Amino acid sequence: MAKFALPKNSTITAGKTHKAEPGSKNVKTFKIYRWDPDDDANPRTDNYELDLDKCGPMVLDALIKIKNEVDTTLTFRRSCREGICGSCAMNIDGLNTLACLKPIDEVKGDVRISPLPHMPVVKDLVPDLSQVYAQYRSIEPWLKAETPPPPDEERRQSKEERAKLDGMWECILCFCCSTSCPSYWWNGDRYLGPAILLAAYRWIADSRDEATGERLDDLEDPFRLYRCHTIMNCTRTCPKGLNPAEAIGKIKTLMVTRQG
Amino acid sequence: MSDPRDAGMIGRRTDGKIVHRPLSPHLQAYDMMQMTSFTSIAHRMAGCAWAAGTLLLAWWLMAAATSDVAFARVQWFMSSFLGILVLFGLTLAAWYHTLAGLRHLVWDAGYGFDIPTVYKTGRAVLIGTIVLTVLTWLFAIAFWG
Repeated sequence: MAKFALPKNSTITAGKTHKAEPGSKNVKTFKIYRWDPDDDANPRTDNYELDLDKCGPMVLDALIKIKNEVDTTLTFRRSCREGICGSCAMNIDGLNTLACLKPIDEVKGDVRISPLPHMPVVKDLVPDLSQVYAQYRSIEPWLKAETPPPPDEERRQSKEERAKLDGMWECILCFCCSTSCPSYWWNGDRYLGPAILLAAYRWIADSRDEATGERLDDLEDPFRLYRCHTIMNCTRTCPKGLNPAEAIGKIKTLMVTRQG
Repeated sequence: MSDPRDAGMIGRRTDGKIVHRPLSPHLQAYDMMQMTSFTSIAHRMAGCAWAAGTLLLAWWLMAAATSDVAFARVQWFMSSFLGILVLFGLTLAAWYHTLAGLRHLVWDAGYGFDIPTVYKTGRAVLIGTIVLTVLTWLFAIAFWG
């Protein structure tokens, strides 16, 4: 059931303000969601004033600067800083994106940062992704084929067959899309969400995979697939410019056309 | 049925004691006014409004079949300021739900999923709703005013 309000232990209180160094000219405020399991307190929003003249261009640069120079307790995931690992996915200025790909100057006014929406918070900007990982496992994201591969050779694809996978293999599983989807917020216990359905279609569309029928059977469910109501938040927010909504649309089309 | 996601809401403190994790902000943090989610939630609200509005129209028909007094009562309400406001709102809802419904039909046929097209069709639906609502009322006033 959809619960529009946050639970009692999740409502956000006002936090501390860390002032910019005196003499800073180009100051921007970062309003960051904080929660520490050791605090016995509700989440809070801390304000960090940073001098942009002494900071890199991306939101991730600002987060790293805060952690290094202002407040070492700030917790977030990051790794590659070039949009290929998907670790620094978070909600910035009301939209989910990767902090390393989001230029600070694209944000007007204060920069509001919170964890990926409607997820359990481990600490600060770190959400628990166990549920989405389990759902990813459930679609069996690997090649399934009865036919043995040709001896001493890989399974071949034509250029056209290979081109069908473009726009899907690039997904880095950052889950910006799934956590932008109101349908996934309310029904994420049973609805697979855009990231997982894009991954499912990646295998359905693969000419080498021979389990298309079973894959479609598994998805033919009022919740797993059909909780997608084409809201399109997923495609709007994907930091890699992919189109999960279109992949879901293609799965729905296959469901109808295979009935003949 | 309990929600399997509840398992993820249990965490541990540094000393090992169990602690209930908070749920990260969703409606509270997300930009719901962007074209994608706005047209979607507006479609639902227009659908609900229109469903309720058909009850109002049924009341009109039933009153017409009942008696002069009953019909006069409905006419009085519908031509009051509040009644006109409600009818105008229903026209808006009906047109919006129709046009946004056509947009969904096109998606279901497999077209129009790229974001520039989504924004174009979204804008077309919003502008079309206003234009058709105003036209509907101009016609109504011209013929029955």
